[in-house]
Amino acid sequence: MRTQFESPIVLLGSRLLSPYIMLFGIYVIFHGHYSPGGGFQGGALLASSVILIRLSGGRIVSRLQVREFFTTPLAAIGVIVYFGTGIVSILFGSYFLDYEALPFPGGLDPAALRYYGILVIEIGIGIAVMAILVMIYDHMARGEDYV
Amino acid sequence: MYDFLLGHYSYWLTIILLCIGLYGIIFKKNLVKKTIGLTILQASVVLYWVSLGSKWGATVPVLDPAYPASDVANYLNPLPHTLMLTAIVVGVATLGVAFALLIATYNRYKTLDEDEILEQIQ
Amino acid sequence: MKYLKIFILVAFAGLLIYGSLDLPYRGDADNLMHSQRSITDTVVAGNYFIQEAYNDANTPNMVTVVLGDYRSIDTLGEQVVVFTAGLICLLILRRYRPI
Repeated sequence: MRTQFESPIVLLGSRLLSPYIMLFGIYVIFHGHYSPGGGFQGGALLASSVILIRLSGGRIVSRLQVREFFTTPLAAIGVIVYFGTGIVSILFGSYFLDYEALPFPGGLDPAALRYYGILVIEIGIGIAVMAILVMIYDHMARGEDYV
Repeated sequence: MYDFLLGHYSYWLTIILLCIGLYGIIFKKNLVKKTIGLTILQASVVLYWVSLGSKWGATVPVLDPAYPASDVANYLNPLPHTLMLTAIVVGVATLGVAFALLIATYNRYKTLDEDEILEQIQ
Repeated sequence: MKYLKIFILVAFAGLLIYGSLDLPYRGDADNLMHSQRSITDTVVAGNYFIQEAYNDANTPNMVTVVLGDYRSIDTLGEQVVVFTAGLICLLILRRYRPI
């Protein structure tokens, strides 16, 4: 899995498909309120668009898309977004993960505040799941070279 | 009699899938095939849970303006779907850990066969 | 040894099928799970989530509301589990002597 797969047709097809799969993944995350979807499904789609290029192009070509050392901090950022929403709720005077105490501008009623709270959480979950799946693949591809 | 078969056939199909996964764990000698049997067993348990919350003539638990939510016979129970979403994601994560352990085993013992590993340990 | 394995498999399958003869019919509208109030006269969770999800969070998708609002601590635990699995893969496959 270090070197490139020998066929240029596979590489051309993957290069054509990968941006559209990523766009569809972002659509599934943000449209999770109105149709089946949400954070976990969108994160898996985003991860599959990155792993497609890594499988068909090798390690050197796919470094142009997402670098390898970048996935571990991205996974930590995803978990921090989720935890941070809970801690912000405690700082503004209510219990852990209470969305009615979040400081959104514009004086909204409690139902709309819960709407935006769920949206922030879904974005955090999507980033974390994508980074972790790509991280597992990267370490498995490097780990088979060593004694 | 016909009612009894119509109400219970889905449980029996799930049990057959569970036994296929159990056959893969017990009878095969390669370590990768045992891991795949574990995955099939997990898929059968997820299928069983989701089939518990079904109702005749109901639709997906997404609110449709044409069917009011005050009549609960219109929508499926959302609780099993939610719990199984968590279960699927945890299953994928543990599958990744299992394959990482298999790569470490291969790097150490140079084989993935169960009997040869047992011989090399003793 | 082989006959012991076959016996275990067949006995387990038979035990499960015997246990499934007593389960409620699938899709029945008057299950205990789909009723309004339970046997000890408390509110059943499934019906409460269907009726009150749109009023509480302004969101049509009931599964997302249950997963993100009513049971958000379970989702936090799941994210910690996935993060730990990724860290385990990083720590197992780390060697310092290339071939």
